[in-house]
Amino acid sequence: MTDTAQIPDNAMHKSPNALAQTVRMLWHDKIALVAVVFLIIVMFCAIFGPSLLDDAATKQNLRGRNSPPFDLAKGWLFVLGGDALGRPLLARIIVASTNTIMVATGAVLFSMVIGSTLGLIAGYTKTRASQIILRLADVIMSFPSLLLAVIVLYMLSPSVTNIIIVLAITRIPIYLRTTRAEVLEIRERMFVQAARVMGASDVRIIFRHILPMVFPTLLTIATLDFAFVMLAESALSFLGIGIQPPEITWGLMVSQGRPYLTNAWWLSFWPGLAIILTTLSLNLVSNWMRVALDPVQRWRLEIKGKKQ
Amino acid sequence: MSPHLLEVRNLSVEFHTLHGQVKAVQGVSFHLDPGETLVILGESGSGKSVSASAVMNLIDMPPGEITSGEVLYRGKSLLEMPSEERRAINGARIAMIFQDPLAHLNPVYSVGWQIIEMMTTHGMPSDQAKRRAIELLGRVGIPDPEVRMKAYPHQFSGGQRQRLMIAMALALKPDILIADEPTTALDVTVQAQILALLKELQLETGMGLLLITHDLGVVAEVADNVVVMNAGEIVETGPAAEVYANPQHPYTKRLIAAAPGSGEMAEPLAASGQPLLRLENVTKNFGTIEALKDVSLTVMPGEIVAIVGESGSGKSTLAKTLLRLEEPTSGAAFYNGRDLFQMSPKELFGIRREIQMVFQDPTQSLNPRMSVYELISEAWAIHPEILPKVKWRDRVAELLELVGLSADHARRYPHQFSGGQRQRIAIARVLALEPKLVVCDEAVSALDVSIQAQVIDLLEGLRNEFGLSYIFIAHDLPVVRDFADRVVVMQQGRIVEEGTVREIFETPRDDYTRALLAASLDPDPAVQAKRRAARLEMEAARP
Amino acid sequence: MRHFIGKRAFASGLSLIGLVVLVFFLSRLTGDPTALFLPLDASLDSRERFRELHGLNDPLLVQFAHYVWDILNLDFGDSIRKARPALEVVLAAFQWTLILALTTIFFVTTSAIIIGSLAAFYAGGIFDRVATFLSLIGASAPDFWIAIVAIVLFSVNLGWLPTSGTGTIWHWIMPVAVLFIRPFGLVLQVVRGSMMTALSSAYVKTARAKGVRVRPIIFVHALRNALLPVITVIGDLSAGMLNGAVVVETIFGFPGVGKLMIDSILQRDFTVVLAAIMVSAMAIFLMNLLIDIAYSVLDPRIRY
Repeated sequence: MTDTAQIPDNAMHKSPNALAQTVRMLWHDKIALVAVVFLIIVMFCAIFGPSLLDDAATKQNLRGRNSPPFDLAKGWLFVLGGDALGRPLLARIIVASTNTIMVATGAVLFSMVIGSTLGLIAGYTKTRASQIILRLADVIMSFPSLLLAVIVLYMLSPSVTNIIIVLAITRIPIYLRTTRAEVLEIRERMFVQAARVMGASDVRIIFRHILPMVFPTLLTIATLDFAFVMLAESALSFLGIGIQPPEITWGLMVSQGRPYLTNAWWLSFWPGLAIILTTLSLNLVSNWMRVALDPVQRWRLEIKGKKQ
Repeated sequence: MSPHLLEVRNLSVEFHTLHGQVKAVQGVSFHLDPGETLVILGESGSGKSVSASAVMNLIDMPPGEITSGEVLYRGKSLLEMPSEERRAINGARIAMIFQDPLAHLNPVYSVGWQIIEMMTTHGMPSDQAKRRAIELLGRVGIPDPEVRMKAYPHQFSGGQRQRLMIAMALALKPDILIADEPTTALDVTVQAQILALLKELQLETGMGLLLITHDLGVVAEVADNVVVMNAGEIVETGPAAEVYANPQHPYTKRLIAAAPGSGEMAEPLAASGQPLLRLENVTKNFGTIEALKDVSLTVMPGEIVAIVGESGSGKSTLAKTLLRLEEPTSGAAFYNGRDLFQMSPKELFGIRREIQMVFQDPTQSLNPRMSVYELISEAWAIHPEILPKVKWRDRVAELLELVGLSADHARRYPHQFSGGQRQRIAIARVLALEPKLVVCDEAVSALDVSIQAQVIDLLEGLRNEFGLSYIFIAHDLPVVRDFADRVVVMQQGRIVEEGTVREIFETPRDDYTRALLAASLDPDPAVQAKRRAARLEMEAARP
Repeated sequence: MRHFIGKRAFASGLSLIGLVVLVFFLSRLTGDPTALFLPLDASLDSRERFRELHGLNDPLLVQFAHYVWDILNLDFGDSIRKARPALEVVLAAFQWTLILALTTIFFVTTSAIIIGSLAAFYAGGIFDRVATFLSLIGASAPDFWIAIVAIVLFSVNLGWLPTSGTGTIWHWIMPVAVLFIRPFGLVLQVVRGSMMTALSSAYVKTARAKGVRVRPIIFVHALRNALLPVITVIGDLSAGMLNGAVVVETIFGFPGVGKLMIDSILQRDFTVVLAAIMVSAMAIFLMNLLIDIAYSVLDPRIRY
């Protein structure tokens, strides 16, 4: 610690090579790298999949019904086999990723923005508003997310928007509580007091000193939560109260394959594997981010890289 | 000749880190005999604690590795012993106490349970262990031992916790007690009591005491022999009095020269003009607790006023109230004739920059996610009238050089600096606002002695250059003696005595001030021996 | 302590009231209640009779008062599907859920704590790496998928285990095992992280200096300190299970609250849904209380 020359000056926060540096850190943690690459592929599929493969994914081919996987005779789209209507599973999985990812992204963003804003208010001010906010969070928390989703979706219609809203509401307390706990702790830290002594306004203290400290934690949680929301959406779709056919999601595909389990296991297996690989990648990336986003910890990744 | 009680021969310890091998201890040798007090003296990073951990088998291997040397207990090699035999020695034959007793006591078990565990671990029946534990608590001066056995560590004061650690360590009458900075976090009067207790118990049991410290005063108070360590190596060893009187190694010489409390005392400033700050009857209550009671004091322009007191004296609350981080319950604070406590937020903002604060721990007072440039220039972002943005970069460089850093440090982050350097950054940030009054809240107490001296020099130079006034809050009397013009002594929220440095240090009137002075440790063993005698007399005179 | 329980009960009471209000207005404002309570093919006439019978023609506030009054008397009405009091139906299902949840939580807690503690103690070693990776996979796995893969494997292909029901101990193995996987992964990670902190703490150093043996250092000195965050997570997971493991219960045909709730929703048996919500909420309240008590038992610094 006493040796100030140990870390090169390129540790600058906002310098143009921050991206390059992140990539370098990632390069040296191979498992996280694989996870990130996989997530990028999933994102690519979600964004471009429908426009490229929509026809292939919906075109029925009765001769290819439940065709087994690893048979390239029908073309590469059938490498994972065909479904009950003879549609290629690979194409369907790629197209389904759009809904799955869209619901998860929407719900995570929505709950993160609202939850952390409320948490910031509850943690920074000592007014009655913060008490009410906390009580509200308790009400939501005392209710398991899946159940709440089931009931609301039963009363409203299970559209993509409604599913996003319902899942977001159930996740708000997570961000709210984390943000509040962190803010309560950070606002008592000495550097916040130092800023106050300098005359810094509340706005400056919140945006310059508190939020940057909370943000890495939020991002880490959001990554984990993305996985959680994906699982929840899949479960809802699987139960038949989530996204409705003809729209498809991975959870729905697992559900649709269920009647054919005994003679065509791949119908349910592949979409399930897609879910598990995506959530596993998210978990791995979240673990990696916990270290990478902390400037005090970050050197572990940088230095380790140099030695290899 | 019989073997020494404890002998360390040519010990080297390395740590595998991501920067490669770090040599924490190199070729260290020392020995300890029954009844002897050996002190290892060194600053942070000198390897003094690692040496002790090696004796106690507390080094995690890996990443640590003992690359050479022997540790002999009564002639038997501790490093080559089978692990079960080695474990049986810890606690029973060689015991250890640590710097921060609150962290080192298990928070979820009662203290009685923890002391009893020490004995039952080494085979004593539990009813016998319980009787012995109660006896021990009484012996180390915990009132009402039978009831307090059931209490938990957080229910004791800092000094009492260290007494508990001592009771636990001495439960099985070990031959050797290793004490790693046992009094560093404690108030001076408590420190004196703990050191006295250790010496007393040593006389009773005849154990060898291996004490590790950074404080020359502690050496002077307790050491028979001293080992001086720097950067993992022993630079000097010998009888404590001799090493102090006649240091051989340049490092020892520097260390002794840097020790505060031996410089010239400041002559009182010629009182003239209006006071910069005048506090009148400031009171602050936290619920029913009175943290400040009727505190009144003045600070003249260019004056250094020290506020001295132990924990709970209200000195930090005073600083926070003055800066309006806490709202006062009553009283007034006139700054250039205007009452700070009555100001609206807007008026206060205008005056903020003139009254600034240097905090105790620069690790915590600097935002870890901001670069040094951002940290310093934030002052001008908040008060844009001071400096136009185009000049920020040059001014940051200028300020960094003023506090003894270099301009290219501006792009680094706080964790890339040492403690002393970080405090310099904090000072540069304060200077950016061009303040008139700087409140230093224990601003040097977290720093090594040699660094402490440098930061004090810096502060003094800035006073002379810019005419700054300081309110210097400290618990460390020798530092205050060298630095302050006037001293205010606080106890339990009140000012008990106030005067020039010379008055306070040479003719203290209040009993509490006298007790504080008597308890503070002088680096000179000869002076300390005299003080010890005087203190014993004072205690004997008391009913 | 009594004061604390009172305070907690008050807070939970508030939450319950919030729920009751939410359910009422959702059921009244999102369309015709008769559509909600009656089968889709009910005649206009029967709808009108239903309205009259349940006071659906009264002003909204009067309806609300009736609704609250009935709930206060634990009268949720009869289950349309089973023609029995809804509460009775729910309690019958709840006991199955309770047994399933408790069994699973027991296995999750013991195994995650032991394996997680050892992984933390041997951090970086092969045991740790295997345990961590497996727990990550466990935490990532969708339970419905694991369930159907397990059915294909153990029931259909190997024929070892029955696919549904509760008759014998064999019936319990797959539901418990599937329900076990995700919580196990999550709890293990929390245990490991928390134990890493505890094992590198100063008081563990003291214990080593005292000559305490390795096993008590891990399981006596460190573990009790590491348990608080673990208990929080276990509490959250248990709360989820007490509401019925909807997915697992549905797939394995397990007669618990989760399956009951889904079936009732699909068959428009709204009184049962409402009763189930109330029973679950009560159970969660009691569970949270237990957890708070566990906190203060484990850590003497926590006093209410």
